Amino acid sequence: MKALKSLLLSALLLNTPNAFADKILIAAASDLKFALDEIAAAFKKANPLDTIEIVYGSSGKFFTQIQQNAPYDLYFSADIAFPEKLAKDGFASSDVVTYGYGRIVLWSTSVDASKLTLQDLTDSSFSRIAIANPQHAPYGKRAEEALRSTGTWHLVEPKLVYGENIAHTAQFVQTKNAQAGIIALSLALTPELAQQGGYYLIPDSLHEPLEQGYIITKRASDNLLAKHFVSYFETAPVRALMIRYGFTLPKEK
Amino acid sequence: MVLSDNDLQAIVLTVKLASLVTVILFITGTPIAWWLARTQSRWKGILGAVVALPLVLPPSVLGFYLLLAMGPDGPLGHFTQAIGIEPLPFSFEGLVFASVFYSLPFMVQPVQNAFEAIGDRPLEVAATLRASPLNAFFTVALPLALPGFMTAGILTFAHTVGEFGVVLMIGGNIPGTTRVASVQIYDHVEAMEYSEAHRLAAIMLIFSFLVLLAVYAWRPGSKRK
Repeated sequence: MKALKSLLLSALLLNTPNAFADKILIAAASDLKFALDEIAAAFKKANPLDTIEIVYGSSGKFFTQIQQNAPYDLYFSADIAFPEKLAKDGFASSDVVTYGYGRIVLWSTSVDASKLTLQDLTDSSFSRIAIANPQHAPYGKRAEEALRSTGTWHLVEPKLVYGENIAHTAQFVQTKNAQAGIIALSLALTPELAQQGGYYLIPDSLHEPLEQGYIITKRASDNLLAKHFVSYFETAPVRALMIRYGFTLPKEK
Repeated sequence: MVLSDNDLQAIVLTVKLASLVTVILFITGTPIAWWLARTQSRWKGILGAVVALPLVLPPSVLGFYLLLAMGPDGPLGHFTQAIGIEPLPFSFEGLVFASVFYSLPFMVQPVQNAFEAIGDRPLEVAATLRASPLNAFFTVALPLALPGFMTAGILTFAHTVGEFGVVLMIGGNIPGTTRVASVQIYDHVEAMEYSEAHRLAAIMLIFSFLVLLAVYAWRPGSKRK
C-alpha cells in the first residue's frame, strides 16, 4: 500500500512542473567515469527529482567545447590548468576548486603487474605499452614524466602506443593488444578491471602532481543544482568514495 | 604555408595508405563487382548488403570489432600468431587491412554499376567472335567500364585519406606508422595548436574539393552507353 502511494505520488510529481526540479549536464574527464557515476547515483537517490547527466571524455576536448559555449554546467577536468584557463577567460561562474589528486599505475591483463616496476617495461617480453597521448591527456603527460624520471623513456618510447584518453588506453590493455599500460588508479580500482590483473602504483615522486579541478561554468551561474551538487562533494560519504577510487583529497595533503 | 616534419610525415603516411588500399581494392574489388553485376544467384543480395555495410556502420563499430578480433584472444589474432607475424593493431598493415574493409563499397559499387551498364549484348557479340570469357572480360568489359573504374579509384583513395575513427581506435597514434593526417589534425586541435590544425585541415579541404571536382567533371564523359 505504501509502495503504491509513493508510486502515485512520484507519478504525480513527475507530471507536474516542479519549481525545485532541476537539471545539470556535467563534462568530466574519463578517469572519473566510475567514481562520478557512483556519486551521481547516490546524489540522485537523495534528490530523485533532479536530473544529472554526465559526459565523459578527454579534458582537453571539453576545454575547447566550453570555449565555444558548449552547454555544460559543470566541468571536472583531470588537469587543473584547463579550468584555471577557462576561469581566467571568463567562462566560469565559480572559483576553480581542487577536488582531488590522481595517481598513475602500471596495469596489465597479460602478467601480474603488481610484481612489476617501470624498469621491467624495457624487457623484450613487452612489445607494446599503452599510455594516454601526452600531447593532450594529463595522465599521458604524467606517464611520460615518470618514464623519464626512471631513465627508461628512450628504451620504452619505441614500444609506446597512444590512447585518445585514459579509458581508451585501458581498452588497449584490456583487449591484450598492449601487454601493459599506464592508466589512472581510479580505473584500475573499478571492480571490473581489478579482476583482470594487478597493478603497480607508480610513486608520485616520479612525476608532477595530477591536480584535478572543477568549475561551475558561466552558463550555470543561476543553476542551484550545480551549486548543490558540488557542495555534495564536501560531504563525508563522497570523500570516502573518492578515496576508495584512489584519489588523494586536497585537505589530506 | 610551412608544415612541420610531423605533419609531412602524416601526409606521406596517409598517401601511402590510400594508394596501397586503392591498389588492393582494384584487385579484390573488381571480381566482386563483376560477380555482383552478372550473377542471378540468390546470394547476390547478401553479398551486396555485406559490401555496403561500411557505408552505414559507424567507424567505431568497425574499430571496436577489429580491436577485439585482432587482439591475442581474437580469431584474427590467433591466426597472425600462428603464422608468426606481429599482431595487427598499432601497425601499418593493420591500418591497410581495416581500410580495405572500410573503403570496399567505394570501389565495388561504381565498378558494379559500370559493368551493369554494359549489358549482355557486347559480351554476346564477343562470344560469337570466339572470344573466351576471360578474353572478353579484358578486351570488352574492362575498357567499356573504364570511367567507372576511374570514379571508383578516386573515391576509394579519397575516402581512405579521410578515414579517422577506425585509425583512432586501432592505430595507437604512432608517428610514422599509424598517425595519419586526420589523426594529426585531431591531435593539434586537442592540444589547442589551432594554427597548426588550420594548415593541415586546409590542405585536406582543398584536396577533398579537387577530388570531388574531378569525379563530377568526369560524369558527362561517362554518360555514353
